[in-house]
Amino acid sequence: MNPELGNFALALACCMAAGQAILPLIGANRRDARLMALAPALAVGQMIALITSFACLIHAAITNDFSVQNVAANSAVSKPLLYKITGVWGNHEGSVLLWAMILSICGGAVALFGRNLPSALQARVIAVLGGVAAGFELFCLTTSNPFARVWPAPLDGQGMNPLLQDPGLAFHPPILYTGYVGFAVPFAFAIAALIEGRVDAAWGRWVRPWAVAAWCFLTCGIAMGSWWSYYVLGWGGYWFWDPVENASLIPWLTGTALVHSAIVVEKREALKIWTVLLAIGTFSFSLSGTFLVRSGILNSVHAFANDPARGVFILGLLALVIGGSLLLFAIRAPQLTTGGLFSPVSREGLLVLNNILLCSICAVVLTGTMYPPFMSLLFGKTISVGKPFFDATTIPLAIPLMVFMGFGPMVPWKRAQMWPVLRRLWWAACVALLALIVATFRMRDILAVLATATAVWVICSSITDITERLRLFRQPLAQSWQRARSLPRAVFGAALAHAGVGIVVLGIAGMSQAAHRIVEVHVGESEMLAGDSWTLTDVHPAQGPNYSALVATIEVRHNGRLITTLHPSKRTFASQHQTTTEVAIHTNLMADIYGVLGDRHGDDANPTYVLRLHYNPLAPWMWLGGLIMAFGGALSLSDRRVRVGAPRRAKTVDVVVAQ
Amino acid sequence: MTRKSRRLWLVVACMIGLGSAAALTLNAFSSNIVFFMAPSQVHAKPPPADRTIRLGGMVVAGSVHRETVKDSPVNLFDVTDGQAAVTVRYEGILPDLFREGQSVVAVGTVNPDGTFRASEVLAKHDETYMPKEVAEELRRSGKWDPRFGKAPDAASWNTMTAADTKKPATQTPDGN
Repeated sequence: MNPELGNFALALACCMAAGQAILPLIGANRRDARLMALAPALAVGQMIALITSFACLIHAAITNDFSVQNVAANSAVSKPLLYKITGVWGNHEGSVLLWAMILSICGGAVALFGRNLPSALQARVIAVLGGVAAGFELFCLTTSNPFARVWPAPLDGQGMNPLLQDPGLAFHPPILYTGYVGFAVPFAFAIAALIEGRVDAAWGRWVRPWAVAAWCFLTCGIAMGSWWSYYVLGWGGYWFWDPVENASLIPWLTGTALVHSAIVVEKREALKIWTVLLAIGTFSFSLSGTFLVRSGILNSVHAFANDPARGVFILGLLALVIGGSLLLFAIRAPQLTTGGLFSPVSREGLLVLNNILLCSICAVVLTGTMYPPFMSLLFGKTISVGKPFFDATTIPLAIPLMVFMGFGPMVPWKRAQMWPVLRRLWWAACVALLALIVATFRMRDILAVLATATAVWVICSSITDITERLRLFRQPLAQSWQRARSLPRAVFGAALAHAGVGIVVLGIAGMSQAAHRIVEVHVGESEMLAGDSWTLTDVHPAQGPNYSALVATIEVRHNGRLITTLHPSKRTFASQHQTTTEVAIHTNLMADIYGVLGDRHGDDANPTYVLRLHYNPLAPWMWLGGLIMAFGGALSLSDRRVRVGAPRRAKTVDVVVAQ
Repeated sequence: MTRKSRRLWLVVACMIGLGSAAALTLNAFSSNIVFFMAPSQVHAKPPPADRTIRLGGMVVAGSVHRETVKDSPVNLFDVTDGQAAVTVRYEGILPDLFREGQSVVAVGTVNPDGTFRASEVLAKHDETYMPKEVAEELRRSGKWDPRFGKAPDAASWNTMTAADTKKPATQTPDGN
């Protein structure tokens, strides 16, 4: 009964989304207040229907309803409860439903929090969101229905890939998806602005919080995904430059550019057309990233051939959304009034540089990701590009980006002089120079040295930005405290986010110095790595809820003093005939000590074990920095300027609309 | 600054940004593209010793053995595409899903003596998975059609005829 209820709710949501896409648009065109008022109501209704539908699917998974094919294929009675719930979005059908649900929540959020928007703009934004939602709900209903029944119902499900049974991965997809889908709101604002034919400072101000919110989630999602691959896959690295990972990095890069260019729209009414294009581009990359890469259409021609209906539907939908919005952009963009030009040495000038460099990096990553599949499709040549390619292309572009990033927040708007800025930043430059010298002696790679120096530069200049604004150490502390309280939170947020980038880059530079060894030892033997002595003291079997394990004990000593005891293990899941390695990590925040247990060899009386030992300096900084970045974004969202003082449109509104 | 020079500045900045991106990409492509090769291709035309390639095929059943060199484990195994086999030498832990008779991709260089020194061995974390390149190569050599179920045992390949691949393979419990 419940799966049918869920299916019905999904179909209902699809109908409401279709209504939401059409009626408010007509209303906004005819200035019919009643039709426009339908938009928020339908958006909230669609949200409730989809949440109901998703809850039904979770209910089916918890109650082991194996007559639902999706549950039978991905769950099992013996699976722990947490993974029964999270397993719902661990497969194609469930993740499409989750995607649609988050989109409907975005629509609901615009309906509930967007009350201070002009009603025509709000109606159009919700209508665009409804149109996208209707397409994907139809896709979900017709080609990947998570509620499809199977007959006869199996007694037990096939279970989930043990690799996915991990708390880190359990919450990674919803957060990442919220990031992806969140960019639908700036996209809808961009389309609504194109339909209206105008973009002004108020538009920039409305769109920015949505972009920042989506950016925070995407940042968090990427950091979590990278952390998961670091501690679950056990290969000692953190980023594989795999198409799936790049699919999340590309919208992050354009989304970061969008967050910055929207500031220029808000403050200076310039870069308007560019910002609209970025909003469209970011959501287009999110869409194609999730659906093309995740469904494996690009990676493997077979996945496409296995289910042609699904592939054709998704390609058609993508072509409609992306092509349609670009067509609208091509028709309408020339009618938008262009903003003023400005001098290179100014805040807006540096924000333009930020956009150029971010988009260059994005272009490089996009090329590296798309070139191999296109070569194999067009010429039948199988090639691949990996870490060396991406290192050689992205880092040289990221270094100037970081250098300008240090100046950015310190340079005033409109017209600035370089000299006063340099005078305030001299100590940051000195510290960065010091870091450069120290790094030259400690690191082998020139790019890692430069990355370290620029990362230190960014962190120091963020600190300078705050201390200068507070007049810290130049005024009594009480006065600085007063200033800190009156300073908008967005300023702190921006400084934190910038410092977070510096911390991430320091972590990446530190990881380039990581050391690792693969050894084969008897129990009791020691090996040296990075100045520490690693001793395998014990290996014993253990039993888990749905697996059996072999657990090793490794003692790590520095000059005879015990630092930590690691317990890496190897699990065998009987139901899936699969083994997984459980990494043991000890961190002191400056470095990770990382141990992996490999195969057992030799006779039973005197076996040897293969161990992989890693010493990863500054590794935790990468994820810590990512969280700081997201927190900075959240802090700037909590700025009271976002909530109160609803921005008013310029006086020319009525004149332009009446045309 | 005049309006004209400001516009010029913007255009120049864009050109520099995208130009350097293009230059970096082309430069990196010329040295960092990794080609995929099947064992028979390696035999026919061995790549230069400094060129990294991806070697893909099936692990020949019974060919995996190990040595220990200076406390480090070294794995040796043969990879075949049904026409030729290449011996792969890999220092490190083989992935969890590395099995004899299953597909594998090794990244590394070809030694002058024709053996392959792998820096990385990939076996995807999925039993039914076969790297696309490997499947493509097997199909080209007429040994297997992926539409008809799981790949046959690698040990039988050199004796297999093209006719064998036409009949659907028996369904295995987890092959569906």
